[in-house]
Amino acid sequence: MRVNFTVNGRPQEADDVWEGESLLYVLRERLGLPGSKNACEQGECGSCTVRLDGVPVCSCLVAAGQVEGREVVTVEGLAEYAKQRSRGGSAGTSLDEAQRWAAQGTDSRTGEGTGSSPRAALSSVQQAFIDAGAVQCGFCTPGLLVAADEMLEHNPDPTDADIREALSGNLCRCTGYEKIMDAVRLAAARQGEAV
Amino acid sequence: MDFLRPASWEEALAAKAAHPTAVPIAGGTDVMVEINFDHRRPEYLLDLNRVGDLYEWEVGEDSVRLGASVPYTRIMENLRAELPGLAIASHTVASPQIRNRGGVGGNLGTASPAGDAHPALLAAGAEVEAVSVRGSRRIPIDDFYTGVKRNALAPDELIRSVHIKKAEGPQQFSKVGTRNAMVIAVCAFGLALHPETRTVRTGIGSAAPTPVRARAAEEFLNAALDEGGFWENGKIITPSVAKQFADLCAAACNPIDDVRGTANYRRHAVGVMARRTLTWTWESYRGARHASHPKGGAA
Repeated sequence: MRVNFTVNGRPQEADDVWEGESLLYVLRERLGLPGSKNACEQGECGSCTVRLDGVPVCSCLVAAGQVEGREVVTVEGLAEYAKQRSRGGSAGTSLDEAQRWAAQGTDSRTGEGTGSSPRAALSSVQQAFIDAGAVQCGFCTPGLLVAADEMLEHNPDPTDADIREALSGNLCRCTGYEKIMDAVRLAAARQGEAV
Repeated sequence: MDFLRPASWEEALAAKAAHPTAVPIAGGTDVMVEINFDHRRPEYLLDLNRVGDLYEWEVGEDSVRLGASVPYTRIMENLRAELPGLAIASHTVASPQIRNRGGVGGNLGTASPAGDAHPALLAAGAEVEAVSVRGSRRIPIDDFYTGVKRNALAPDELIRSVHIKKAEGPQQFSKVGTRNAMVIAVCAFGLALHPETRTVRTGIGSAAPTPVRARAAEEFLNAALDEGGFWENGKIITPSVAKQFADLCAAACNPIDDVRGTANYRRHAVGVMARRTLTWTWESYRGARHASHPKGGAA
């Protein structure tokens, strides 16, 4: 079957989708967006977290046909999504840009750009994960970024308990979560300063 | 596999009547796991996401009509006063991502003994609104669970909503697991005080082939509270009464040994949760009673 939906602010069409296929599979294998990670396929690990009509969900548990006509934001579109949120408007991220997307933050020591080409700045959450050293193997990072960004959207001044609750559906097997907590606190603090 | 996408409730009922083997999918948090792991290859998937009625709830005089697909997140946010037991249970479901998708209709449809909503529904008192093209009926929650992952629905029926009695007294829910998030209950317990009828109702999860009430324990406690005039005098429940209640709740279990826990452990834990939830709710009842009858008042 064919599925038409919006991904990162742009209309997309996926063809030859099997009826039992997950949204995660469509994103990774049909649209070439491997940012959302495929690990447990049972909603336990949160590494496939995306926004569906603004709500964080495990994309492995959404049937592809269920997203017909709906809006999905993946980690590849997160920086642009955060930028549009703070400025208003909805330019979105094209599929081509999203497929080529790579973290191009500023170096945490020198504060200089590490990318060779000018790109949209990272969202505050993404930059905070780099600065706090909250990324080790990086597999859980996309899901954590999407979940943490959504929490900060609704709760700009979270307590530690709020952060733990918001990230309770995202497993990390490297960090012990302390650096991740640091990163989200840092993003919240910077967000507060910017206001 | 065919993917059926009804745009309305009427279309959904017609689709289910035409294809009784169709598997309804709403939040997908059970169904998609089975498909992802190739445990199930339904002939038809019946997507209910476009049926807006299922995402609404109405607070009535005596009960709440909770749409089958209302996500647990919405229940936690909006129905804590009316359905405190279910709101607490909802908060223990998996993770934010899962609570944003899953709802009580799915819990009832799957009818796993480990479903978190069941003990709260049993304790509060509820009826499942089952609908087909033939008409609508309300199935009392006590008659709904018929076996391990089996329920009283006919093949052409869909769950429209569940009618849950509004709380008229304190309710509690307790669940045993290895951590606070992403836990399938080792066992769970729900308790609701119903001061208007001077009764207590219970619900036990994951400790029998189906969710069950501890009826002998309820009858014992109802009689003990009545005889001692506890509802009127608001005295502390004596430890011997609490212990007998806990023992009878443990005896109502018919658990198995499995990877999550042994039968003996489950029986023991249900007894502990029964005593604790009774203490919590009764203290809350006494507090509310005290607040409404201040010292020197007419009470």
